[in-house]
Amino acid sequence: MSFFSGFKRLTCLTLLLTVLFAGGFTFTSLPVFANTANPEEAVKSEGTTTEAVKEGEKKVEYPPAPKLTVADYPQIGSFNPRILVWIVAQLHLWFAAFVLAVPIFVLIIEALGMATKDQRYDNMAYEFIKVSMAAYSITAIIGGLLTFSLLVFYPDLFKYMASLFSRSMLAYAFLFFAESASLYIYYYGWHWLEGGFKKWVHLTIGLVLNFVGTVLMLLANAWVSFSMSPNGVDPATGAFLGSEWNVIHNFLWNPLNLHRVIANIAYGGSIIGAYAAYKFLGSSSKEDKAHYDWMGYTANVIAVGGLLPLPFAGYWLTKEIYAYSQQMGITLMGGVFAWLFIMQAVLIGALFLSVNYYLWCGMERSEGSVRYTKNIKWIAAAVVACFLVWFTPHTLVLTNQELKALGGPYHKYLGPLGIMPAKNTAVNIMIILTFLSFTLYRRANKIATVSWAAAGSAVQAAIFAGAIANIIFLGVFYGYFTNTAYKVAASIPQVSTTAVVIIFTLIIDSMMFKGAKDVAPLKWGNVPGRSQYALFTLAVSFTWLMGLMGYIRSGIRQHWHVNSIMRDNSINAFTPTIGYAAQVVTLAAVIFMAIVIFIFWLSNISAKKSAAH
Amino acid sequence: MKIFLKIVFFCILAFSGFVGFANFGIPQVKPAPPPTEEKLDLGNMTMDQFIALGDKIFNGKGTCTLCHNNVGKRAPMLDGAGEEAVANNALLRLKDPRYKGKATTPEEYIRESMKTPSAFVVAGFGSDNDTKSPMPVITQGSIGLSDAEVDAVIAFLLNKAGVEVTVKIPVGAPPSEKAEEAKPAEPAKTPEEVIAKFGCGACHKIGKEEGALGPDLTRVGKSKNEPYLRRAILDPNADIAKNCPGGPCAPGMMPPDFGAKMTGSEFEMLVQYLVKSK
Repeated sequence: MSFFSGFKRLTCLTLLLTVLFAGGFTFTSLPVFANTANPEEAVKSEGTTTEAVKEGEKKVEYPPAPKLTVADYPQIGSFNPRILVWIVAQLHLWFAAFVLAVPIFVLIIEALGMATKDQRYDNMAYEFIKVSMAAYSITAIIGGLLTFSLLVFYPDLFKYMASLFSRSMLAYAFLFFAESASLYIYYYGWHWLEGGFKKWVHLTIGLVLNFVGTVLMLLANAWVSFSMSPNGVDPATGAFLGSEWNVIHNFLWNPLNLHRVIANIAYGGSIIGAYAAYKFLGSSSKEDKAHYDWMGYTANVIAVGGLLPLPFAGYWLTKEIYAYSQQMGITLMGGVFAWLFIMQAVLIGALFLSVNYYLWCGMERSEGSVRYTKNIKWIAAAVVACFLVWFTPHTLVLTNQELKALGGPYHKYLGPLGIMPAKNTAVNIMIILTFLSFTLYRRANKIATVSWAAAGSAVQAAIFAGAIANIIFLGVFYGYFTNTAYKVAASIPQVSTTAVVIIFTLIIDSMMFKGAKDVAPLKWGNVPGRSQYALFTLAVSFTWLMGLMGYIRSGIRQHWHVNSIMRDNSINAFTPTIGYAAQVVTLAAVIFMAIVIFIFWLSNISAKKSAAH
Repeated sequence: MKIFLKIVFFCILAFSGFVGFANFGIPQVKPAPPPTEEKLDLGNMTMDQFIALGDKIFNGKGTCTLCHNNVGKRAPMLDGAGEEAVANNALLRLKDPRYKGKATTPEEYIRESMKTPSAFVVAGFGSDNDTKSPMPVITQGSIGLSDAEVDAVIAFLLNKAGVEVTVKIPVGAPPSEKAEEAKPAEPAKTPEEVIAKFGCGACHKIGKEEGALGPDLTRVGKSKNEPYLRRAILDPNADIAKNCPGGPCAPGMMPPDFGAKMTGSEFEMLVQYLVKSK
C-alpha cells in the first residue's frame, strides 16, 4: 500500500466523520424546533408576541413582520433586482433539482448492478454521477449568488425570514458541508470501494448522500412554502409565535415536497438523457453509439417514471392550495394565471409527444418491432387528440362583437372541453397511451413462451380498453351531469384506474415474458439521429416548464413577500403579463442550457484527451 | 463542434417557439396593479356614491367576484337578481337551525358573513358538513377591508337586492391602520391607470369598466369637445348630463374634487383619452 492510498483512506474517513457529525447535529437540533412554546400559549402584546415561558425564565419577545416602503428596497441605478433574483433563484433551482435527483437514481442503478452483477450498470451509474459533479459546484456558486442578491436587494425580507428559520438555516449550512463530503467520498471512492463488503460501504455512503440531500431540499422547501401559506406566526402581525417546527410544517410544505421530489427525478433523467444524446450524436464508433443509446434509453425511462405520477402530485398540490386559500386557488386556476396553464399544456404535450416519439424510434433496435409499428399511427393520433383537449381553454378573451357572435364567452362545442374533468380525462388517457408505447417497446424483441400468452395479451388489451372507457365515463358523468361541487370528484377514481392499468400490465408482463425468447439481439445504437433530438426536446421542455411553473407558484402570492403577512411594497411588486414572465423564464432557461451544453462539451473534450493519452 | 452548434441552434429554436407562443399565441391579460390604500372622503359622499364605492370594492379590491360568480359556482351568488341577492335570503338564513351567529337584520347578516364567515355556511359550499366556510375573513389578511369599506359593500348588496339600504355612511370614520401607513399613491402613467386610480369605472362605462350610474363615456369624444370634458372633470355640476342609464343625471353625483386630487399630467392624460374616445 502506498502512502497515497493510505492518505486517501484517511481523507475519506475524515469526511465520513464530518457527515456523521453534521447528520448528528441536524438530528439533535431538529427536536429543538418542536420543544419551544405552543403557538396557542404565546401571548400577544402590542404588535409583538411573547413566548410563553416557565416562571423565572427570561421572556423572549418577537417583533412583527416589517411593513416596508419603497425606500426600504435598495436600488442600484436602473438595475432591476426582481429580475436578477428571479433568474438566479430559478437557475439555482434547476441545478439543485438536477444534482439532488441524480444521486437518487445513481444509487438505484448501482444497487441494480450489484444485484445483477452486470458491470454495465455500475459503469453507467458512475458516468451519471460524473456529469452531476460539475453541476454541483455551479449549484453552490449560484446558491451563494442568490443569498447575496437577497441580502443586497431584499434585506428586510431576508432578515425576517432568517429570524423565523434561524435554526433550520444553520442546520442547512452544516448539511451542505455534509452533502459535499458524502458526494465527494461517493464519487472519488467509487473505484476504491469496489467489490464485496466495500461495495456495501459505498452504497451506504450513497444512501447518506441521498438522505442529506433530501433533508436539504425539505428545509429549502419550508422557506418557500411558508411564503405561500405562513404558519407559526401571528396572522395579524407576522410576529413569530415561538415554534420553528410550526413555521416549517406549514400547510403547503408536504404537497410541495412530494411534487419536487418526483419532478426532480423526472428532470434529472431528462438532463442525463440530453447528455447521452449529445454524446451519441458526437460518437463515431459503434461501441460508443451503443453505449450512449443505452444510457439515453435508461435516462428516458427514469424521466418517464417521474413524469407519469407528476400530474397527480401537481393535482394534490393545487388541491391543497385551494384548501388553504380558495382565493389563492382561484387566482391560480381561474384568475390572471389561468392562461399560463395553456402554456403548461403545450409544454406537457411536447413532453409526452417527445417521450412517445423516442420510444417509437427505439423500436428500430429490434427486428421484432414490425409486429407493432402499424399501430403506432393510432396511438399518435390519440395522444395528439388528448393533447388538444388539454390545450383547449375554457373562457375565451373576446371583443364585444365576438362575444355577441359566439353567444357568450364559451364556445358551444369546445367550451365543455376547457373544464378540469375533460383535462383530467385527457391526461389520464395520455399517460395510459404512453405506457402502452412503453409496453409495446418492451415486448417488441420478445416472444412469450408460456402457453397462455394469447389469453394474457387479450386480458391486457381488455384492461387497456376497459380503463380508457371507465376514465371517459367518469369524466363525462362527474364533469357534466353532477353539481359543481362534485365536478372534480372523478379525479381520484380516474387516477386509480390508470394505476391499475400500469400495475396489472406489469404483473402480467413479468409472468408472461418469464423465460421468453429474443427475436434477435437488440441493436443498441441502431436508432435514427432525430430520436436524440426527442431527448433534447424533453430536457428543453422540462427546463422551460419548471421555470414557468416556478413563476406561477411564486406569482400567486401577487404583491406579498409572505402571503397576507408581509407585503411587497417595492416598485416591482406588480404581477407581470404572461409574455413578460415568459421572456424572463426564457432568458433564464437559455443561460441554464448554455451552461449545461458547455459542461457536456467540456466533458467531450476531456474524454477525447483521456482517450488520446 | 458541428454537433455542439446544431444542438445550440435546436435549443434556441425550441425556446423561441415557447416564448413566441406565450407572447403571440395567447392573450396578454394585464393583471391589475397591487391595490393602493385610498383615503375615503366619506364626509362629502352621497349614498349613491357610497353604493358605487361598494360596487367598486365588491368587483375590485374585495376580490369577492373571484368566488361569488356564476361561472365557477364556488360560492353562492350575492349580487344577482331575486333569490341570487344575498339580502333577499338573509332573513331566511337567520331562521335556519344551522345558523350560529348573532345577526338579526340583513345588514348585520352580511357584515357577520364577511367577518365571521362560518357563522352560517350555505348548503353545498362549505367543508365538514357545511360547518366551515372557505371564505377568508375579509377584514384581515391579503384583502384587509376597513370597516367603512365593509359598510360600502353592504350598502351595495342591499341596494342590489332592491331592499332598503339601512347602512349609514360612517361620518368621520378613522382611516384604517393600513391607510395611515400607506404611502401616497404613485402618479398614474397611462390613462387606464388614471381611470383605475380615481375609480371612474365605479359609475361610468369607460375602457374595460362597466359602471352603470353615470353617463357612458366609451364614445364621449364624439359628442363632447375638449373644453366641455375639462369642465366636466373640474366642475361636474357646471353641466348636468342627461344621459345617465336611468335618465337625467342627478346634480351632485360626481365628486367635485377630482381637479384637486389629480396631478396635472393625470388630468391631461384623462382629458386626451376622453377626447379620443370616439
